[in-house]
Amino acid sequence: MTGTYLGMPAFPRAAAAATQDTRLRANLTRATGTIRAKRAQAIAELDDWTQLRAAGAAIKDRTLRHLDHYLEQLEAAVTRAGGVVHWAADATEANRIVADLIKATGESEVVKVKSMATQEIGLNEALAAEGITAYETDLAELIVQLGDDLPSHILVPAIHKNRAEIRDIFSESMSQWGRPAPEPLTDDPAELAEAARLHLREKFLRAKVAVSGGNFMVAETGTVVVVESEGNGRMCLTLPQTLISVVGIEKVVPTWRDLEVFLQTLPRSSTAERMNPYTSMWSGTTEGDGPREFHLVLLDNGRTATLTDEVGRQALRCIRCSACLNVCPVYERAGGHAYGSPYPGPIGAILTPQLRGTSTELDASLPYASSLCGACYEVCPVAIDIPEVLVHLRERVAEQGGAGHRLEKAAIRAAGWVLDHPAVLAAAERTASRTRRLHPRRLPGPGSGAWSESRDLPRIPAAPFRDWWRANRTTKERP
Amino acid sequence: MNSLRVALFPTCVNDAVHPATAIATVTVLERLGVEVDFPFEQTCCGQPQYNTGYRREAEPLVRRMTQAFGGYDHVVAPSGSCVAMVRDNYPRLGSRAAAEGRGDDLADQARSLAGRVHEFTEFLVDVLGVTDVGAYFPHTVTYHPSCHGLRALGLGDRPRRLLEAVEGLELVELPGADECCGFGGTFAVKNPHVSAAMGADKIRNAEATGARVLCGADNSCLMHLDGMLRRQGSDLRPLHLAEILASTRTEPLQ
Repeated sequence: MTGTYLGMPAFPRAAAAATQDTRLRANLTRATGTIRAKRAQAIAELDDWTQLRAAGAAIKDRTLRHLDHYLEQLEAAVTRAGGVVHWAADATEANRIVADLIKATGESEVVKVKSMATQEIGLNEALAAEGITAYETDLAELIVQLGDDLPSHILVPAIHKNRAEIRDIFSESMSQWGRPAPEPLTDDPAELAEAARLHLREKFLRAKVAVSGGNFMVAETGTVVVVESEGNGRMCLTLPQTLISVVGIEKVVPTWRDLEVFLQTLPRSSTAERMNPYTSMWSGTTEGDGPREFHLVLLDNGRTATLTDEVGRQALRCIRCSACLNVCPVYERAGGHAYGSPYPGPIGAILTPQLRGTSTELDASLPYASSLCGACYEVCPVAIDIPEVLVHLRERVAEQGGAGHRLEKAAIRAAGWVLDHPAVLAAAERTASRTRRLHPRRLPGPGSGAWSESRDLPRIPAAPFRDWWRANRTTKERP
Repeated sequence: MNSLRVALFPTCVNDAVHPATAIATVTVLERLGVEVDFPFEQTCCGQPQYNTGYRREAEPLVRRMTQAFGGYDHVVAPSGSCVAMVRDNYPRLGSRAAAEGRGDDLADQARSLAGRVHEFTEFLVDVLGVTDVGAYFPHTVTYHPSCHGLRALGLGDRPRRLLEAVEGLELVELPGADECCGFGGTFAVKNPHVSAAMGADKIRNAEATGARVLCGADNSCLMHLDGMLRRQGSDLRPLHLAEILASTRTEPLQ
């Protein structure tokens, strides 16, 4: 875990606070509701959606099975095309490599294309510690950076902010980072976008080094692909002299033909667009066109370990579209920050505990941050069975024991014994029925209060069904 | 239909807390000429254990269930989530048991039961081929489909077709019907605040329909919503679909 998220509370506590934040709830309900409806429409247009989804899952699975082969093929192709490939086992190593590469250029500032991998490794903080300033250039990332905030959504990191809040952040903080916001500034989206454009323009024109992530890497040609919708990425990827891309090893696809599938499913799933607005692709370096130096940092950081888990590995298919966040009823009410990771929502609940492990209370609480309603699995463009992985990870957490789980295990075992003895179960049911008039509507105490804080306890009937059956019907001999 | 051996799997929640739903299921099936049996050895399908991360603790219950329902042609349950547990997770549990060296028999039995288990509305519509079960229920009803019925089993319009055929019943659309009610088994106690926030939205939507009855096909969801409704002193009445289908002109549900 990078320092940013250290000491954050477990999911239930953070989420409880979020449910009381009416402004956050309103911002999220409006934003997720809108994109949810648009996505459904964009998917419904395709006759072959089911096949595309199956193809996406199959391509990813095949690639992950032979990941070593495709990564070596990629390395050879990038090198042939004039790029340099670096291998980073973890966040520390990746940050070290990037910082050294920047220092070698003599620069002390970089422009950044929105990237989940660099969020994951806490690159901006690591660079700041070495005296290097990283400027985020994606509009929402800029809002988060200026507001000294954390991202709360994979695609829309500032989804928790409304435009009035964004206006305030721009007015107050832009001057500390560069060109101040025009005054007066209203919360009109066009005006806010123009303020960001002016602020960022001088950074694009000045920057000598850019840092990006990558949505895909094509092994056969060594091509890195960045998919974005503001054009800021195109600026960063073409204007600076040096480009450093930090990309998770699972982002490789074998061929351009494979890429075609994802360039259909990703925009429709994430922004509900038929085609992505700015798709930048480059292979190494090209004389007189774009950066003269290109470095590709291949990041493991828990991915190889995830790959060894037969059930959990499907999380590595993820193409970071955010469709699962947008449909998730838990995400909508808990907000992204409660997940304590750059990967929030359902995918975060299965990815974070695999990449970071489950040793902290926060990480161990993530697999339980779901009602298992299955809406995430239904929309996932690479068919990740998120509920299946959640339950699988719960087993891992329950086995390791720890806070609350020892008592829980004892209770489960005791219930298991009763449930394996039908006569005992019937006796227990009858006792509950006979004493039902004594049962309170709510239970006292902190543990049992979780149910009855907002709900009455169920009313117990006069007799269980088995007694009704015994009195009114006869069970025939088993066939 | 008499040649078929049909077993009732009322589920442990209905056995202990909602016997009226299990009795209603028997009533409807018998009215349609189905001879139904109740094997006493059954207890709980193991879903709470499995979904909370106690797969090994669920295994003896899976074994018990496969034995209790061995030999029956059809096993019928008035609960989408318990049927989804048997259909989707029993084979997984069986395979894992085999992979971990506890023999192949559980996997075989689990697969066999998974192929014979039916959610109540599936059994009525697909196996018996009926949508009009001769019910009478002169009230306004809105229907909450429940996630496992909706997404894991793909019940589709089966519950709706059954409700629409009920004499006197007026069915009104529930806004945001496909969204989870916030129960989610142990989720309701592990994340009580998010669960309650989801439940509150579900109830607000249901009350906005003006319906008198909030119908569902899963009592665990309805138990959570009922607890919230009673706490709020609401008049909206949660009711299992089987109890509506059991209601007739001669014996109307009170």
